[in-house]
Amino acid sequence: MPITLAVDFGSTYTKVVAIDCDDELLVGVAQSPTTVGEGVMIGLERALARLEAASGVKRGDITRSVASSSAAGGLRMVAIGLVPDLTAEAARRAALGAGAKVLRAFAYELSRRDLDQLARLAPDMILLSGGTDGGERKTLIRNASALAAARLQAPIVVAGNRAAEDEVEAILSQAGLDCTIVENVLPELDRLNVEPARAAIRSIFMNRITHAKGLDQAEAFVGRIVMPTPMAVLEAARLLAAGDSGAGMGDLVVVDVGGATTDVHSIGSGAPSTPGLVPRGLPEPFAKRTVEGDLGIRVNAPTIVETAGIARVVSGLGERMNADQILARVRQLAVEVDRVPREETEHDLDAVLAGLAVDTALERHAGQVTTSYTPMGPVQLLHGKDLSTVATVIGTGGVFAYGRHPRRMLQAACYRPESPASLRPRDPALLIDRRYILFAVGLLAQIAPRAAANVMRRHLTKAEDVCDVV
Amino acid sequence: MSSKGTLVLGVIGADIHNIGITILASALRASGFNVVSLGILVSQEEFVKAAIETAADAILVSSLCGHGELDCPGLREKCTEAGIGNILLYVGGNVVVGKQDWEPVAGKFAAMGYDRAYPPGATPQRVIEDLTADLSARVEARA
Ligand code: B12
Repeated sequence: MPITLAVDFGSTYTKVVAIDCDDELLVGVAQSPTTVGEGVMIGLERALARLEAASGVKRGDITRSVASSSAAGGLRMVAIGLVPDLTAEAARRAALGAGAKVLRAFAYELSRRDLDQLARLAPDMILLSGGTDGGERKTLIRNASALAAARLQAPIVVAGNRAAEDEVEAILSQAGLDCTIVENVLPELDRLNVEPARAAIRSIFMNRITHAKGLDQAEAFVGRIVMPTPMAVLEAARLLAAGDSGAGMGDLVVVDVGGATTDVHSIGSGAPSTPGLVPRGLPEPFAKRTVEGDLGIRVNAPTIVETAGIARVVSGLGERMNADQILARVRQLAVEVDRVPREETEHDLDAVLAGLAVDTALERHAGQVTTSYTPMGPVQLLHGKDLSTVATVIGTGGVFAYGRHPRRMLQAACYRPESPASLRPRDPALLIDRRYILFAVGLLAQIAPRAAANVMRRHLTKAEDVCDVV
Repeated sequence: MSSKGTLVLGVIGADIHNIGITILASALRASGFNVVSLGILVSQEEFVKAAIETAADAILVSSLCGHGELDCPGLREKCTEAGIGNILLYVGGNVVVGKQDWEPVAGKFAAMGYDRAYPPGATPQRVIEDLTADLSARVEARA
């Protein structure tokens, strides 16, 4: 049988997913630790050996492969704009949507200190914006000159004021910098346009960054590494929402809980679900990704406890561990990042930590309502996306694949009466990516959307059905 | 740019009267201005940020519900602070409570740093003429 292989060179594990696209079957899944130092092929070979042992998939069966990567630090980017909550924020959102880790967003004219910090951060790529089309152009041009003078090596994607792009291109290319000019991320104040920047980031990632990170030795086997892992997850969310030929699942949210970060992806306009709610601020991306760099159940386990408060962890565990025991355990988890839970309390602690990460991440991702008092009475303002009517929430990541209490963890994504201003999904279906194949679906979205969507739909498990797996 | 200038327009403060600016915006667009309309319930900060990002030539503040004396002071200072202190500022609508003598009212808004203040019922035609004159005077002054 002809097998399509999806590979993810993750920060911790290299995962392989074998799909028979003709019969729309998931044939097998395997993983092995990622080997950056010794070369990523070693980890991939081991994962493939496991795949063969478990599912009988031989090398010769694989007719095509497609890969994503977040190894060697992932795609590390810096966004630059003019006003912090306008073009700088638009650029940040575009980079996040491309699956990048946004190290920092700079606004206004880059100072000497900003440039020093930029050099220290040593991003893989820079997204430079500023000004709406026909709007402010001086800052963008000055920032381009500053970057040219600083001679940073990173490729630069320019997505700013069209009226300045020729000049910016001349400045950057004369300095010998690698620059790509695309449409403005914010052509008009009320129109966000992240797709062209996203596409450019992806193409540079594919053609240059993976090479720079030494991931290209795998290319003889898997072909080009086509996108960063988080972008694959966002693409999967998009495919499931839209369906392969219409009739998809509609608006949905994906929560991806990792060891160091928690990502939230929402697909949908996020328009107000109740009349009288007035949207404020920058327009929202239809496919939106946010990353919480302080929420993860291993490296950042102590931060989760700090953010949520120890009391919620103690009560979440039914008082089976006291505060000191919990603190000692989470500190241990922060260093033992590949720790797999061995007994009941460890599973429970993972579930509590993941639940708190999901709760906080959704609180930050979802829109907030504030009230403004006018002579006519109160007016409700919406900042961000209204997710109240989202029909589906999907949980992905190791803890959802191997953990014992996926329903409890995912339930934390929903609306909470204690926090009524946060417009989180009120009554969604909760689905779990138990086989850990969501990234693969995103990778296949371009080449075999129908098979990808059907395989995923069949392998998403209702949370209540996995509630007490042992 | 072939436009006669970029204008940021909005209804300030806790004011929801949007009919006036809707009419004004379409008249200004029809006469060749690039209009960035921020709608209703606009804060001073939003006016300033929008003006920076779009390199606006003027900010047009509409205030209907009579709170102009509370909502309008400080905008000029915020513009100055943000590096666009020379931007043209207009205000109009029903800027004060009830019917008052216009001269003293105009004086108050001039003191707040508004280049022009309009009494109730100002026609779009008049606004267009004033803007055209004020903006071309600035171009000449710069030349
Ligand atoms: C329609 C209306 C409403 C509607 C608004 C509907 C909507 N979506 O806009 C509703 C019923 C919601 C409403 C509510 C209220 N309203 Co009312 N409303 C009016 C009314 C009858 C007409 C306003 C209008 O649309 N005119 C038509 C447009 C085309 O004209 P315009 O707004 O004046 O704009 C023109 C010019 O002034 C100029 N212009 C406007 N802005 C600017 C800015 C610049 C820079 C320039 C150059 C020109 C310019 O250009 C426009 C085109 O020619 C006026 C009375 C009146 N006749 O003005 C009261 C009036 C404005 N409302 C008033 C009040 C008090 C209220 C309420 C507080 C009532 C209450 N207690 O509930 C609320 C406030 C709500 C809020 N949070 O803002 C008072 C304000 C009193 C004051 N200033 O002293 C008025 C004057 C009625 C009155 N005589 O008492 N209102």
